[in-house]
Amino acid sequence: MINLKDIVQKLDLKVVTGNIDREVSAGYSSDLLSDVIANAQKDNIWITLQIHVNIVAVANLQELAGIILVNGRQPEEATLKKAEQENIPILLTELSTFEIVGKLYELGIHGNRR
Amino acid sequence: MDDTRTTTKIQELTYELKVEDVISKDIATVSSKLPVSLLRDILYKKRISGVPVVNDGKLVGIVSIEDFIKCLEQGEMDALIEDKMTKKIKTLYADEPLVHAVMKFEKYGFGRFPVISRKDKKLVGIITKSDIIKGILKKLETAYHDEEERRYRASHIFNDIIADEVFLKFQYYVEGKNFDRAGEAATGLKKTLYRLGLSPEIVRRASISTYEAEINIVAYTDGGEIIAYIDPHQIKIIITDKGPGIPDVKKALEPGFSTAPGWVKELGFGAGMGLPNIKKFSDKMTLRSTVEKGTHLEIIIKLSDYRNGE
Ligand SMILES: Nc1ncnc2c1ncn2[C@@H]1O[C@H](COP(=O)(O)OP(=O)(O)O)[C@@H](O)[C@H]1O
Ligand SMILES: [Mg+2]
Repeated sequence: MINLKDIVQKLDLKVVTGNIDREVSAGYSSDLLSDVIANAQKDNIWITLQIHVNIVAVANLQELAGIILVNGRQPEEATLKKAEQENIPILLTELSTFEIVGKLYELGIHGNRR
Repeated sequence: MDDTRTTTKIQELTYELKVEDVISKDIATVSSKLPVSLLRDILYKKRISGVPVVNDGKLVGIVSIEDFIKCLEQGEMDALIEDKMTKKIKTLYADEPLVHAVMKFEKYGFGRFPVISRKDKKLVGIITKSDIIKGILKKLETAYHDEEERRYRASHIFNDIIADEVFLKFQYYVEGKNFDRAGEAATGLKKTLYRLGLSPEIVRRASISTYEAEINIVAYTDGGEIIAYIDPHQIKIIITDKGPGIPDVKKALEPGFSTAPGWVKELGFGAGMGLPNIKKFSDKMTLRSTVEKGTHLEIIIKLSDYRNGE
């Protein structure tokens, strides 16, 4: 387990909502929501380029540790509002999925063990 | 600050909490035999204003950013830390009540105190005023959550009600074609199930299955409803809509099969994994559909552990 606070600091992520003082178990990256529902697990950090409000529901139901939006994409207004309400951390990076996942891996965040 | 009620609560907490409950344990230390110049990295990069000096786990002094600047001005960067540090330092024991720390901060006006263990006098962390505030806020927050949960806990309901059969029914209406509100039913059900004291794993399986079914109503129909029945043995969730129906149910259940239109796909739905996900997360799933009439999906999640849930 690695604290999300440390990840934010080390990867220079911009925090737009949510309490980042929580543990991250592993990571999952996908832009298909049903895929995230099928394969992500509790306390995962999720890396995606989707920015619409439905990502908050998925993170909430899966009890994910947070969502990293890639390529400098900004969350939609409704996404922000909902994430604030449900206390889901939303983090921004200018990097692409490939790059940010590589950096997360270097920090010791791996995939879910099967 | 004259709200006596909150003051007493906070005072109470400063007696209840120990120094070790709030300190930062993940701290930088230096050894006394190093040159002062090495402090630059630690002080600047970590943005701290003082570092404990430790030899073999034992605290021997503290060196501050002022000490460093003095050496910088006088060209003494090669001096050893042990000659420039403060040696007589005030410390706190890890097991002291937090109120002692509060009093020491008031008395000495320092920015931080090293915290040592009473047993072997080794350094275990450092305490700052902001650690105290954070520690108290955290404690207040948990106290509030516990209280809130207790108030909402309804898990005793099955034990309190006297009848041959008891079940609870929760009904949700789902709007078709409106993805802005998609997920509200599943999220609502999730919160409700938590309040009933069900285990997190059960709640997760039930709400994720409901979410996929809810998304299908939003994506493919003009609206429908979700009814969850809960009894002491199982959760039964029935999801219905009034059309357009599924022509080939067997095919719809295959992983990857999807008729989702482009606008749905753009949102990241329509991977053809919704129904397979429901199957995976539930104990039993039954799908019936008639074209032009509508679709009826039944999901069952067993609650073998219900009564252990307190
Ligand atoms: N309530 C429904 N009404 C009409 N068609 C549905 C309904 N639910 C599912 N379907 C059909 O079944 C297919 C598979 O559904 P699903 O497994 O959830 O995958 P997806 O929604 O990603 O396509 C859908 O593409 C759709 O054609
Ligand atoms: Mg679907």
